[in-house]
Amino acid sequence: MNRMEARIFDELRGIVGDRGLICSPEELHTYECDGLTNFRVMPRAVLLPKTTEEVQAIVRICHRERIPFVARGSGTGLSGGALPVENGIVISLARMNRILEVDFPNARVVVEPGVINLDVTGRVSPQDYFYAPDPSSQSICSIGGNVAENSGGAHCLKYGFTTTHVLGLEVVLADGSLVHFGGKSLDSPGYDLAGVFVGSEGTLGVATKVILRIVKRPECVRTLLAAFPSTNEAGAAVSDIIAAGMLPAAIEMMDNLAIQAAEAAVHANYPNCGGLLLVELDGPVAEVEALMTHVNEICRSNGASEIRLAQSDAERALVWKGRKAAFAAMGRISPNYIVQDGVIPRTALPRVMSEIERLSKEAGVRVANVFHAGDGNLHPLVLYDRRIVGQEEAAEALSAQILELCIAAGGSITGEHGVGEDKKKVMSKMFAEPDLATMQRVRCAFDPLQLSNPTKIFPTPRLCGEKPGEYVPHPAESAGIAERY
Amino acid sequence: MDAATKSEASSLHSALRHKFIALAGNGYARSATAADAVAGVQPKLVVEPGTAQELAEILRLSNDAGLAVIPRGGGTKLGWGNSPAHAGLILSTARLIEIIEHAWADLTVTVEAGCTIQRLQEALAQHGQRLALDPLWPEKATVGGVLSTNDSGALRLRFGALRDLIIGVTIALPDGTLASSGGKVVKNVAGYDLPKLVTGALGTLGVITRAVFRLHPLPRYMRSFSVSTADGVEMQQFVLAVQNSKLAHTFLQSHFSIDASPVSDILFEGTEAGLNAQDTQLRHLSALTRIAEATTSTWTAREELWASADPATTAIAKISILPATLARTMELVKRTAKEHQVGWKTLMYATGLGWLRLEGKPDSLRAALQTLREELQGQGGSLVALYRPEKMPAFDAWGDAGDALPLMKAVKQQLDPKHTLNPGRFVGGI
Repeated sequence: MNRMEARIFDELRGIVGDRGLICSPEELHTYECDGLTNFRVMPRAVLLPKTTEEVQAIVRICHRERIPFVARGSGTGLSGGALPVENGIVISLARMNRILEVDFPNARVVVEPGVINLDVTGRVSPQDYFYAPDPSSQSICSIGGNVAENSGGAHCLKYGFTTTHVLGLEVVLADGSLVHFGGKSLDSPGYDLAGVFVGSEGTLGVATKVILRIVKRPECVRTLLAAFPSTNEAGAAVSDIIAAGMLPAAIEMMDNLAIQAAEAAVHANYPNCGGLLLVELDGPVAEVEALMTHVNEICRSNGASEIRLAQSDAERALVWKGRKAAFAAMGRISPNYIVQDGVIPRTALPRVMSEIERLSKEAGVRVANVFHAGDGNLHPLVLYDRRIVGQEEAAEALSAQILELCIAAGGSITGEHGVGEDKKKVMSKMFAEPDLATMQRVRCAFDPLQLSNPTKIFPTPRLCGEKPGEYVPHPAESAGIAERY
Repeated sequence: MDAATKSEASSLHSALRHKFIALAGNGYARSATAADAVAGVQPKLVVEPGTAQELAEILRLSNDAGLAVIPRGGGTKLGWGNSPAHAGLILSTARLIEIIEHAWADLTVTVEAGCTIQRLQEALAQHGQRLALDPLWPEKATVGGVLSTNDSGALRLRFGALRDLIIGVTIALPDGTLASSGGKVVKNVAGYDLPKLVTGALGTLGVITRAVFRLHPLPRYMRSFSVSTADGVEMQQFVLAVQNSKLAHTFLQSHFSIDASPVSDILFEGTEAGLNAQDTQLRHLSALTRIAEATTSTWTAREELWASADPATTAIAKISILPATLARTMELVKRTAKEHQVGWKTLMYATGLGWLRLEGKPDSLRAALQTLREELQGQGGSLVALYRPEKMPAFDAWGDAGDALPLMKAVKQQLDPKHTLNPGRFVGGI
């Protein structure tokens, strides 16, 4: 890495202007971490471009000078994906926040990456459309960040993830060149590079424009709350709902600790119970009402003591507010906590839950549980007090054990928060070496110098051109007839 | 090729063939016949490995020997794409047919690439589930083939394409690597999404050996309707009105042709109460159009478009447009077909994807396809020519891949540096 000299700073300032370049240590502190605050690295500078051309110009300089860069949206990520890299710069897309085009007849919206998730829905809701992916941070997180992380949310059970709703991308590659993946119409000829880019956590380039699909609002939405003695009964109800052939818009579960925290924080008026289920159905009124009757029966037969149907939009909003505030609400019941994100096959839920409970008791560390129960995405919140000697280490160890439970159950180490800096060491427990090597070969095609968010995702970065495994020359090669590339 | 090189090549093939027999077992490696030809190119050998490991090893040996490999499933769409630059080996997945795990309570299935769609659907139906996809010729088409060609039908409107249904994949790479990506759970963002990369890649990056899909429940009840309109403009109005309504339809497809007024089919799935309500709403919505309960041919519309054709005078293309340009595009097809004196018929989905059949002299077909491709590309769409008659003058199957083509070539170079897999068949000569 070259030292960043005054010359380069001048050049960068020439691109983005004085107001687009941050290099004073006080201001840089804002950018030294994302939503995962236990990793911190000071970037050399933060650039705030306003156009695609400015992003290209910055990246070209990075390429020429071999300076690593990290793109950053709103910085709400929970895996350290936007953590700066040593001696690198941060490219903040916060000023590229225009909604460029809204096309209702084709249900497409074109946005810049800094546009806030909820603002897309805000813009199209007068015509009764919405943008489906709804991560809990949707009021502050950016579309560019959603693209990097392939963000999910409570409603992705029915509507799919960010990748389902991104039809096209304009991307600045690590050498500064501009490319377009996908488009407004479907199935553009060639490889599905949009599919590879979404969820690549900023390691394949910087998205500067995103073509989104919007969805017509269903005729009605109904939300049911059911209180169970424990998460086991609630989990059994979830299995029965799925087995009955229903695809709810969302199924969320909270355990008693999570309920207490949410109540303390936003007074969602949740029933006090061992396992709370929130089931949302949407669609045509007649259809939803027929199915809701069925859901009601299933909850009752699985031991629900109390079942409530939100009676108004305001009540529905309050129910969701409690759920979406659950992470932040932990501050009410614990001074410190770790937000974990793992996935298990839904059927493994009772087994994994009782295992988490056992480990929690053993370690003397409390765990609150919030799940997207429909798709098996767990968010155990490991609660601890940093002031008590040994608790932080115990909490970290427990959090890691929970991930191992997920892997052992045939699940995943992350359902929506990403690998980032946080989980790269666990990647090799989920994937074998050839799997990771193949992913890295794809990365080498996009970014051979590994300048775009290097050091993330992969446990052991591989230099491009390095060949995995033992190299055995083919006879034709030895004879000089053929050669390897 | 001089005689010496020729004999060297033939002894190479014979040596390889023995290795392949040793790997796959006697009877599973044979010389290719005329029936094995791929888009007019004659391969030399056909091998049917019994396991993914055998397949990967055979692929590696072929790659080392410089033998071009054409992966083959049911062979129903083997002609899609450009003719291979050369073809050495047909690598068949005919023996990789196991349904490894149907985790019905988790709504997922893990299946080997050679399993036919029909066999898979039959197994899933035992637990009231389905892969929510309606590809062509499901009785022969395989999981691997359907994925490689990204074949989807009318159900895509509701359930998404294969990219939205596949959650995990294992591929064999030309260097013999067997690599997995994704997983067995629906929600998973660990690592790159390689299942999407190989979907629609026409087997040019690796050979799919197994896939994991998310599943959907079979519908409780279904009801479908046919709606006819006076012309394309009225049909577009109808389609956009349905799309902009609160109806929860499962598919919506429209038929246009040279000699009939447009008709569309719309399918609903759900509870009886829900279907009754939507029936009423649909009739209210389409007061100006004629509406009737649909016939069963609705389900086979796409196969019919392929079937009733004289192969020597027919071309079939997949087209992609924006839904709101439906009427204008159909007018364009009509005008172009008239200009070049070819017959035409289309099946257009509400997603903007559609299928076009042209009939006429090979020269005229080419000219019409060329005009249409230029027009569609000009408006951000595409035309992919999937079937062209043998006598038609050369015409690239794919069209423009845009400014990402160099990157696509770089991806190819990383995974298949010797261009062993389906050489020359994909976009931009990949």
